[in-house]
Amino acid sequence: MKPGRFTYHAPRELDEALAMLHEYGDEAKVLAGGQSLMPMLNFRLARIDHLVDINRLPADLTEIRWAADTVAIPALVRQRHVERSPEIAAALPVLTAALHQVAHPQIRNRGTVCGSLAHADPAAELPTVMSVLDAACTVVSARGTRTIDVADFFQFHLTTAMEPDELLLRVRITLPPPGTHAAFHEFATRRGDFALAGVAALCHTDPAGVVRDCRIAAAGVSSTPQRLTGVEDHVIGNTLDDTVIAEAGALARAAVDPTGDIHAGAAYRQRLTGALVRRALTDIRTQQEVTGD
Amino acid sequence: MTEATGHLISVTVNGATQQHVVDDRTTLADFLRERLRLTGTHLGCEHGVCGACTVIVDGAAVRSCLMLAVQSDGATVETVEGLAPEGELGPLQQAFKDNHALQCGFCTPGFLMSVTAALREGPVHGQDHARDVLSGNICRCTGYSGLVQAVLDASKETDGD
Repeated sequence: MKPGRFTYHAPRELDEALAMLHEYGDEAKVLAGGQSLMPMLNFRLARIDHLVDINRLPADLTEIRWAADTVAIPALVRQRHVERSPEIAAALPVLTAALHQVAHPQIRNRGTVCGSLAHADPAAELPTVMSVLDAACTVVSARGTRTIDVADFFQFHLTTAMEPDELLLRVRITLPPPGTHAAFHEFATRRGDFALAGVAALCHTDPAGVVRDCRIAAAGVSSTPQRLTGVEDHVIGNTLDDTVIAEAGALARAAVDPTGDIHAGAAYRQRLTGALVRRALTDIRTQQEVTGD
Repeated sequence: MTEATGHLISVTVNGATQQHVVDDRTTLADFLRERLRLTGTHLGCEHGVCGACTVIVDGAAVRSCLMLAVQSDGATVETVEGLAPEGELGPLQQAFKDNHALQCGFCTPGFLMSVTAALREGPVHGQDHARDVLSGNICRCTGYSGLVQAVLDASKETDGD
Protein backbone atom coordinates (compact mmCIF):
# COMPACT_ATOMS: atom_id res chain seq x y z
CA MET A 1 0.00 0.00 0.00
CA LYS A 2 0.94 3.65 -0.13
CA PRO A 3 1.12 6.09 2.76
CA GLY A 4 -1.75 8.47 3.44
CA ARG A 5 -1.29 12.17 2.92
CA PHE A 6 1.14 14.07 5.07
CA THR A 7 3.24 17.19 4.80
CA TYR A 8 6.94 16.45 4.53
CA HIS A 9 9.41 18.66 6.37
CA ALA A 10 13.20 18.48 6.15
CA PRO A 11 14.59 20.94 8.69
CA ARG A 12 18.28 21.82 8.41
CA GLU A 13 18.81 22.83 12.02
CA LEU A 14 17.90 21.09 15.26
CA ASP A 15 16.06 24.16 16.61
CA GLU A 16 13.94 24.21 13.48
CA ALA A 17 13.06 20.53 13.89
CA LEU A 18 12.18 21.01 17.56
CA ALA A 19 10.00 24.03 16.74
CA MET A 20 8.08 21.86 14.28
CA LEU A 21 7.61 19.07 16.81
CA HIS A 22 6.50 21.67 19.34
CA GLU A 23 3.97 23.14 16.93
CA TYR A 24 2.56 19.87 15.56
CA GLY A 25 2.76 17.73 18.71
CA ASP A 26 1.16 14.33 18.22
CA GLU A 27 0.19 15.17 14.63
CA ALA A 28 3.86 14.75 13.71
CA LYS A 29 6.32 11.88 13.62
CA VAL A 30 10.10 12.01 13.37
CA LEU A 31 11.58 10.21 10.36
CA ALA A 32 15.13 8.93 10.88
CA GLY A 33 15.93 5.61 9.17
CA GLY A 34 12.27 4.94 8.43
CA GLN A 35 12.59 1.17 8.62
CA SER A 36 9.73 0.87 11.11
CA LEU A 37 7.82 4.10 10.54
CA MET A 38 7.62 3.80 6.75
CA PRO A 39 6.09 0.29 6.86
CA MET A 40 3.53 1.57 9.37
CA LEU A 41 2.72 4.52 7.10
CA ASN A 42 2.57 2.31 4.00
CA PHE A 43 0.22 -0.06 5.78
CA ARG A 44 -1.71 2.91 7.17
CA LEU A 45 -1.29 1.49 10.63
CA ALA A 46 -0.09 5.02 11.34
CA ARG A 47 -1.66 8.16 9.89
CA ILE A 48 0.07 11.44 10.47
CA ASP A 49 -0.27 15.01 9.23
CA HIS A 50 3.38 16.00 9.44
CA LEU A 51 6.54 14.01 8.82
CA VAL A 52 9.66 15.67 10.22
CA ASP A 53 12.65 14.15 8.42
CA ILE A 54 15.78 14.68 10.51
CA ASN A 55 18.17 13.30 7.88
CA ARG A 56 19.13 16.81 6.75
CA LEU A 57 20.20 17.91 10.22
CA PRO A 58 23.91 18.72 10.67
CA ALA A 59 26.35 15.86 10.12
CA ASP A 60 27.52 15.78 13.75
CA LEU A 61 24.50 13.57 14.43
CA THR A 62 25.91 10.85 12.16
CA GLU A 63 29.12 10.15 14.09
CA ILE A 64 29.76 7.94 17.11
CA ARG A 65 31.26 10.08 19.89
CA TRP A 66 33.79 8.69 22.33
CA ALA A 67 34.72 10.13 25.73
CA ALA A 68 36.89 8.75 28.54
CA ASP A 69 34.44 6.16 29.78
CA THR A 70 31.37 6.67 27.62
CA VAL A 71 30.29 6.34 24.03
CA ALA A 72 27.40 8.34 22.61
CA ILE A 73 25.42 7.25 19.58
CA PRO A 74 23.55 10.26 18.13
CA ALA A 75 20.23 10.19 16.32
CA LEU A 76 21.47 9.68 12.76
CA VAL A 77 24.04 6.94 13.30
CA ARG A 78 22.97 4.00 11.12
CA GLN A 79 22.87 0.53 12.61
CA ARG A 80 25.28 -0.72 9.94
CA HIS A 81 27.79 1.96 10.89
CA VAL A 82 27.82 0.78 14.50
CA GLU A 83 27.83 -2.88 13.47
CA ARG A 84 30.98 -2.35 11.40
CA SER A 85 32.81 -0.11 13.86
CA PRO A 86 35.98 -1.87 15.12
CA GLU A 87 35.99 0.44 18.16
CA ILE A 88 32.46 -0.65 19.11
CA ALA A 89 33.41 -4.31 18.55
CA ALA A 90 36.31 -3.85 20.97
CA ALA A 91 34.49 -1.86 23.64
CA LEU A 92 30.95 -3.27 23.41
CA PRO A 93 31.08 -6.58 21.54
CA VAL A 94 27.57 -7.44 22.73
CA LEU A 95 26.23 -4.49 20.74
CA THR A 96 28.01 -5.71 17.60
CA ALA A 97 26.68 -9.23 18.14
CA ALA A 98 23.12 -7.98 18.56
CA LEU A 99 23.31 -5.70 15.52
CA HIS A 100 24.27 -8.66 13.31
CA GLN A 101 20.84 -10.05 14.18
CA VAL A 102 18.81 -6.89 13.52
CA ALA A 103 16.80 -7.59 10.35
CA HIS A 104 18.96 -7.55 7.18
CA PRO A 105 21.87 -5.44 5.88
CA GLN A 106 19.48 -3.48 3.64
CA ILE A 107 17.47 -2.48 6.70
CA ARG A 108 20.53 -1.74 8.84
CA ASN A 109 21.94 0.50 6.11
CA ARG A 110 19.08 2.93 6.76
CA GLY A 111 17.86 2.08 10.24
CA THR A 112 19.34 4.04 13.14
CA VAL A 113 20.18 2.87 16.65
CA CYS A 114 18.22 5.72 18.24
CA GLY A 115 15.30 5.08 15.89
CA SER A 116 15.02 1.50 17.07
CA LEU A 117 14.99 2.68 20.69
CA ALA A 118 12.41 5.39 20.00
CA HIS A 119 10.23 2.87 18.16
CA ALA A 120 10.38 0.62 21.26
CA ASP A 121 9.35 -2.68 19.75
CA PRO A 122 9.55 -5.12 22.68
CA ALA A 123 10.81 -7.90 20.38
CA ALA A 124 13.66 -5.79 19.00
CA GLU A 125 17.32 -6.44 19.78
CA LEU A 126 18.61 -2.94 20.57
CA PRO A 127 16.18 -1.98 23.37
CA THR A 128 16.97 -5.30 25.04
CA VAL A 129 20.74 -4.91 24.80
CA MET A 130 20.55 -1.33 26.07
CA SER A 131 18.56 -2.65 29.04
CA VAL A 132 21.60 -4.54 30.34
CA LEU A 133 24.08 -1.75 29.65
CA ASP A 134 24.47 1.52 31.55
CA ALA A 135 22.58 3.47 28.91
CA ALA A 136 20.84 6.83 29.14
CA CYS A 137 18.69 8.54 26.53
CA THR A 138 19.11 12.25 25.96
CA VAL A 139 15.85 13.72 24.67
CA VAL A 140 15.40 17.28 23.50
CA SER A 141 12.44 19.50 22.79
CA ALA A 142 11.80 23.20 22.42
CA ARG A 143 11.16 23.08 26.18
CA GLY A 144 14.63 21.82 27.04
CA THR A 145 16.81 18.73 27.41
CA ARG A 146 16.41 15.81 29.78
CA THR A 147 18.09 12.48 30.31
CA ILE A 148 16.06 9.33 30.80
CA ASP A 149 17.70 6.18 32.14
CA VAL A 150 17.04 3.29 29.82
CA ALA A 151 15.31 1.46 32.69
CA ASP A 152 12.59 4.13 32.59
CA PHE A 153 12.56 4.74 28.84
CA PHE A 154 10.49 1.80 27.57
CA GLN A 155 6.93 1.96 28.88
CA PHE A 156 4.78 -0.27 26.70
CA HIS A 157 4.49 -1.66 23.15
CA LEU A 158 5.86 1.07 20.86
CA THR A 159 5.64 3.54 23.73
CA THR A 160 8.49 5.36 25.45
CA ALA A 161 8.76 8.01 28.16
CA MET A 162 9.19 10.66 25.45
CA GLU A 163 6.53 13.31 24.87
CA PRO A 164 5.29 13.90 21.31
CA ASP A 165 7.39 17.06 20.95
CA GLU A 166 10.60 15.33 22.06
CA LEU A 167 13.38 13.92 19.91
CA LEU A 168 15.81 11.20 20.99
CA LEU A 169 19.05 13.07 20.36
CA ARG A 170 21.46 10.35 21.47
CA VAL A 171 21.92 7.31 23.64
CA ARG A 172 24.99 7.41 25.86
CA ILE A 173 26.50 4.20 27.14
CA THR A 174 28.94 4.05 30.04
CA LEU A 175 31.61 1.53 29.08
CA PRO A 176 31.61 -1.51 31.37
CA PRO A 177 34.63 -2.02 33.65
CA PRO A 178 37.25 -4.73 32.98
CA GLY A 179 36.02 -8.14 34.02
CA THR A 180 32.63 -7.57 32.38
CA HIS A 181 31.33 -9.90 29.72
CA ALA A 182 28.03 -9.83 27.88
CA ALA A 183 26.13 -11.86 25.32
CA PHE A 184 23.03 -11.62 23.18
CA HIS A 185 21.19 -14.66 21.88
CA GLU A 186 17.89 -14.89 20.04
CA PHE A 187 15.90 -17.39 18.04
CA ALA A 188 13.97 -16.52 14.90
CA THR A 189 12.37 -18.92 12.44
CA ARG A 190 14.12 -17.26 9.50
CA ARG A 191 17.34 -15.27 9.45
CA GLY A 192 16.55 -11.59 10.00
CA ASP A 193 13.00 -12.09 11.19
CA PHE A 194 11.82 -10.70 14.48
CA ALA A 195 12.94 -13.08 17.20
CA LEU A 196 10.42 -15.32 18.93
CA ALA A 197 12.46 -14.46 22.01
CA GLY A 198 15.86 -12.94 22.72
CA VAL A 199 18.08 -12.58 25.76
CA ALA A 200 20.81 -10.10 26.61
CA ALA A 201 22.99 -10.87 29.61
CA LEU A 202 25.90 -9.08 31.24
CA CYS A 203 28.07 -10.29 34.12
CA HIS A 204 30.83 -8.55 36.02
CA THR A 205 33.06 -11.11 37.64
CA ASP A 206 35.77 -10.73 40.30
CA PRO A 207 39.21 -12.35 39.86
CA ALA A 208 38.02 -15.46 41.70
CA GLY A 209 35.29 -15.97 39.12
CA VAL A 210 32.42 -14.91 41.37
CA VAL A 211 29.74 -12.86 39.62
CA ARG A 212 29.46 -9.49 41.40
CA ASP A 213 26.98 -7.81 39.06
CA CYS A 214 24.55 -9.40 36.63
CA ARG A 215 21.87 -8.04 34.36
CA ILE A 216 19.61 -10.11 32.16
CA ALA A 217 16.85 -8.83 29.89
CA ALA A 218 14.47 -10.70 27.60
CA ALA A 219 12.94 -9.58 24.29
CA GLY A 220 9.63 -10.68 22.83
CA VAL A 221 8.05 -11.90 26.07
CA SER A 222 6.47 -8.72 27.45
CA SER A 223 5.31 -5.25 26.40
CA THR A 224 8.82 -3.90 26.98
CA PRO A 225 12.25 -5.51 27.34
CA GLN A 226 11.86 -7.47 30.57
CA ARG A 227 14.63 -7.42 33.18
CA LEU A 228 14.82 -10.82 34.86
CA THR A 229 15.83 -9.55 38.29
CA GLY A 230 15.10 -12.82 40.08
CA VAL A 231 17.51 -14.61 37.76
CA GLU A 232 20.10 -11.88 38.20
CA ASP A 233 19.88 -12.20 42.01
CA HIS A 234 20.40 -15.96 41.74
CA VAL A 235 23.53 -15.55 39.60
CA ILE A 236 25.12 -12.80 41.70
CA GLY A 237 27.46 -14.25 44.33
CA ASN A 238 27.96 -17.48 42.41
CA THR A 239 30.38 -18.73 39.80
CA LEU A 240 28.93 -19.59 36.40
CA ASP A 241 29.06 -23.36 36.79
CA ASP A 242 26.72 -25.79 35.08
CA THR A 243 24.37 -25.94 38.06
CA VAL A 244 23.97 -22.16 38.37
CA ILE A 245 23.42 -21.81 34.63
CA ALA A 246 20.79 -24.56 34.63
CA GLU A 247 19.04 -23.00 37.62
CA ALA A 248 19.13 -19.58 35.96
CA GLY A 249 17.47 -21.04 32.87
CA ALA A 250 14.73 -22.63 34.95
CA LEU A 251 14.14 -19.41 36.87
CA ALA A 252 13.98 -17.41 33.62
CA ARG A 253 11.43 -19.79 32.17
CA ALA A 254 9.20 -19.28 35.19
CA ALA A 255 9.76 -15.52 35.32
CA VAL A 256 8.28 -14.65 31.94
CA ASP A 257 4.63 -14.65 30.99
CA PRO A 258 4.64 -14.21 27.21
CA THR A 259 1.65 -14.09 24.91
CA GLY A 260 1.34 -16.88 22.39
CA ASP A 261 0.63 -16.16 18.75
CA ILE A 262 0.58 -17.91 15.39
CA HIS A 263 4.38 -18.07 15.38
CA ALA A 264 4.91 -19.63 18.80
CA GLY A 265 2.80 -20.52 21.80
CA ALA A 266 3.31 -19.00 25.23
CA ALA A 267 4.77 -22.19 26.72
CA TYR A 268 7.26 -22.47 23.86
CA ARG A 269 8.38 -18.88 24.35
CA GLN A 270 8.88 -19.56 28.07
CA ARG A 271 11.05 -22.59 27.35
CA LEU A 272 12.91 -20.63 24.70
CA THR A 273 13.64 -17.81 27.15
CA GLY A 274 15.11 -20.32 29.58
CA ALA A 275 17.23 -21.89 26.86
CA LEU A 276 18.48 -18.49 25.66
CA VAL A 277 19.45 -17.49 29.22
CA ARG A 278 21.47 -20.70 29.46
CA ARG A 279 23.13 -20.00 26.11
CA ALA A 280 23.92 -16.40 27.03
CA LEU A 281 25.45 -17.33 30.40
CA THR A 282 27.41 -20.19 28.83
CA ASP A 283 28.69 -17.74 26.22
CA ILE A 284 29.77 -15.37 29.02
CA ARG A 285 31.54 -18.23 30.82
CA THR A 286 33.43 -19.05 27.61
CA GLN A 287 34.44 -15.40 27.24
CA GLN A 288 35.73 -15.44 30.84
CA GLU A 289 37.80 -18.53 30.12
CA VAL A 290 39.30 -16.96 27.00
CA THR A 291 40.23 -13.68 28.61
CA GLY A 292 41.10 -15.16 31.99
CA ASP A 293 38.93 -12.75 33.94
CA MET B 1 -5.63 19.37 3.32
CA THR B 2 -4.46 19.85 -0.24
CA GLU B 3 -1.66 17.94 -1.89
CA ALA B 4 1.54 19.88 -1.43
CA THR B 5 2.91 21.63 -4.47
CA GLY B 6 5.91 19.40 -4.45
CA HIS B 7 9.64 19.37 -3.91
CA LEU B 8 12.28 19.90 -6.55
CA ILE B 9 14.87 17.16 -6.29
CA SER B 10 18.09 16.53 -8.16
CA VAL B 11 18.99 12.86 -8.24
CA THR B 12 21.56 10.85 -10.16
CA VAL B 13 20.07 7.59 -11.41
CA ASN B 14 22.31 5.10 -13.20
CA GLY B 15 24.79 7.86 -13.94
CA ALA B 16 22.37 10.50 -15.26
CA THR B 17 21.58 13.48 -13.06
CA GLN B 18 18.04 14.69 -13.41
CA GLN B 19 15.67 17.10 -11.74
CA HIS B 20 12.07 16.33 -10.91
CA VAL B 21 9.30 17.69 -8.77
CA VAL B 22 7.96 15.04 -6.41
CA ASP B 23 5.16 15.18 -3.90
CA ASP B 24 5.50 14.52 -0.18
CA ARG B 25 4.46 10.91 0.01
CA THR B 26 5.81 9.34 -3.19
CA THR B 27 8.21 6.53 -2.34
CA LEU B 28 11.52 6.18 -4.14
CA ALA B 29 10.22 2.92 -5.60
CA ASP B 30 7.16 4.56 -7.15
CA PHE B 31 9.25 7.47 -8.37
CA LEU B 32 11.66 5.11 -10.16
CA ARG B 33 8.90 3.02 -11.68
CA GLU B 34 6.23 5.55 -12.54
CA ARG B 35 8.14 8.78 -13.15
CA LEU B 36 11.37 7.44 -14.60
CA ARG B 37 9.73 4.32 -16.07
CA LEU B 38 12.54 2.21 -14.63
CA THR B 39 10.18 -0.69 -14.07
CA GLY B 40 12.96 -3.19 -13.40
CA THR B 41 12.63 -2.28 -9.73
CA HIS B 42 9.76 -4.45 -8.56
CA LEU B 43 7.37 -3.83 -5.71
CA GLY B 44 6.25 -6.86 -3.73
CA CYS B 45 5.16 -6.24 -0.17
CA GLU B 46 5.64 -2.45 0.08
CA HIS B 47 6.63 -2.72 3.71
CA GLY B 48 10.25 -3.73 3.64
CA VAL B 49 10.00 -7.48 4.02
CA CYS B 50 10.37 -9.02 0.56
CA GLY B 51 13.35 -7.08 -0.80
CA ALA B 52 12.11 -7.01 -4.41
CA CYS B 53 12.46 -3.21 -4.55
CA THR B 54 16.09 -3.14 -3.35
CA VAL B 55 18.20 -0.46 -5.05
CA ILE B 56 21.59 1.00 -4.20
CA VAL B 57 21.55 4.53 -2.78
CA ASP B 58 24.91 6.23 -2.22
CA GLY B 59 26.58 2.83 -2.29
CA ALA B 60 24.26 1.08 0.17
CA ALA B 61 21.54 -1.44 -0.66
CA VAL B 62 18.21 -0.13 0.63
CA ARG B 63 14.51 -0.86 0.31
CA SER B 64 13.17 1.73 -2.12
CA CYS B 65 9.64 1.25 -0.73
CA LEU B 66 10.85 2.51 2.66
CA MET B 67 12.46 5.69 1.38
CA LEU B 68 10.64 8.72 0.06
CA ALA B 69 11.56 10.10 -3.34
CA VAL B 70 12.12 13.52 -1.77
CA GLN B 71 14.77 11.94 0.47
CA SER B 72 16.83 11.00 -2.59
CA ASP B 73 17.55 14.66 -3.34
CA GLY B 74 21.30 14.86 -3.94
CA ALA B 75 21.73 11.08 -3.87
CA THR B 76 23.20 8.63 -6.36
CA VAL B 77 20.81 5.79 -7.11
CA GLU B 78 21.61 2.56 -8.95
CA THR B 79 18.87 0.29 -10.24
CA VAL B 80 18.92 -3.05 -12.02
CA GLU B 81 18.80 -1.22 -15.37
CA GLY B 82 22.27 0.15 -14.62
CA LEU B 83 23.96 -3.23 -14.09
CA ALA B 84 24.79 -3.87 -17.75
CA PRO B 85 24.33 -2.21 -21.12
CA GLU B 86 20.97 -2.84 -22.80
CA GLY B 87 20.77 -6.40 -24.10
CA GLU B 88 23.83 -7.63 -22.25
CA LEU B 89 24.33 -9.42 -18.96
CA GLY B 90 26.78 -8.34 -16.28
CA PRO B 91 28.85 -11.02 -14.53
CA LEU B 92 26.40 -11.37 -11.66
CA GLN B 93 23.44 -11.61 -14.03
CA GLN B 94 25.31 -14.24 -16.03
CA ALA B 95 25.96 -16.20 -12.83
CA PHE B 96 22.23 -16.06 -12.05
CA LYS B 97 21.45 -17.39 -15.51
CA ASP B 98 24.09 -20.12 -15.38
CA ASN B 99 22.92 -21.36 -11.98
CA HIS B 100 19.16 -21.17 -12.53
CA ALA B 101 18.94 -18.58 -9.76
CA LEU B 102 15.56 -17.43 -11.03
CA GLN B 103 12.35 -18.84 -12.35
CA CYS B 104 9.55 -16.30 -12.55
CA GLY B 105 12.01 -13.44 -12.16
CA PHE B 106 9.89 -11.17 -10.01
CA CYS B 107 12.37 -11.11 -7.12
CA THR B 108 15.47 -11.08 -9.34
CA PRO B 109 16.14 -7.32 -9.59
CA GLY B 110 16.11 -7.00 -5.81
CA PHE B 111 18.46 -9.97 -5.41
CA LEU B 112 20.81 -8.58 -8.05
CA MET B 113 21.06 -5.21 -6.30
CA SER B 114 21.49 -6.72 -2.82
CA VAL B 115 24.23 -9.05 -4.04
CA THR B 116 25.91 -6.32 -6.09
CA ALA B 117 26.23 -4.16 -2.97
CA ALA B 118 27.46 -7.12 -0.90
CA LEU B 119 30.12 -8.15 -3.42
CA ARG B 120 31.51 -4.62 -3.45
CA GLU B 121 32.20 -5.02 0.26
CA GLY B 122 34.34 -8.09 -0.39
CA PRO B 123 34.24 -11.68 -1.54
CA VAL B 124 31.60 -14.07 -0.25
CA HIS B 125 33.12 -17.23 1.17
CA GLY B 126 30.99 -20.29 1.71
CA GLN B 127 27.33 -21.19 1.66
CA ASP B 128 26.58 -19.72 5.06
CA HIS B 129 27.96 -16.32 4.12
CA ALA B 130 26.08 -16.47 0.82
CA ARG B 131 22.84 -17.23 2.61
CA ASP B 132 23.47 -14.29 4.91
CA VAL B 133 23.91 -12.02 1.88
CA LEU B 134 20.67 -13.37 0.40
CA SER B 135 18.66 -13.29 3.63
CA GLY B 136 17.08 -9.90 3.02
CA ASN B 137 15.30 -10.99 -0.16
CA ILE B 138 12.51 -13.51 -0.61
CA CYS B 139 12.24 -15.89 -3.57
CA ARG B 140 9.21 -18.13 -3.87
CA CYS B 141 10.40 -20.21 -6.84
CA THR B 142 13.96 -21.40 -6.60
CA GLY B 143 14.43 -22.78 -3.10
CA TYR B 144 17.57 -20.58 -2.94
CA SER B 145 20.11 -23.28 -3.90
CA GLY B 146 20.71 -21.74 -7.31
CA LEU B 147 20.93 -18.29 -5.76
CA VAL B 148 23.57 -19.45 -3.27
CA GLN B 149 25.66 -20.97 -6.07
CA ALA B 150 25.25 -17.86 -8.22
CA VAL B 151 26.57 -15.66 -5.42
CA LEU B 152 29.57 -17.93 -4.90
CA ASP B 153 30.32 -18.06 -8.64
CA ALA B 154 30.03 -14.30 -9.04
CA SER B 155 32.20 -13.79 -5.98
CA LYS B 156 34.96 -15.96 -7.48
CA GLU B 157 34.80 -13.97 -10.68
CA THR B 158 35.03 -10.57 -9.00
CA ASP B 159 37.68 -11.89 -6.61
CA GLY B 160 39.85 -12.72 -9.63
CA ASP B 161 40.52 -16.35 -8.77
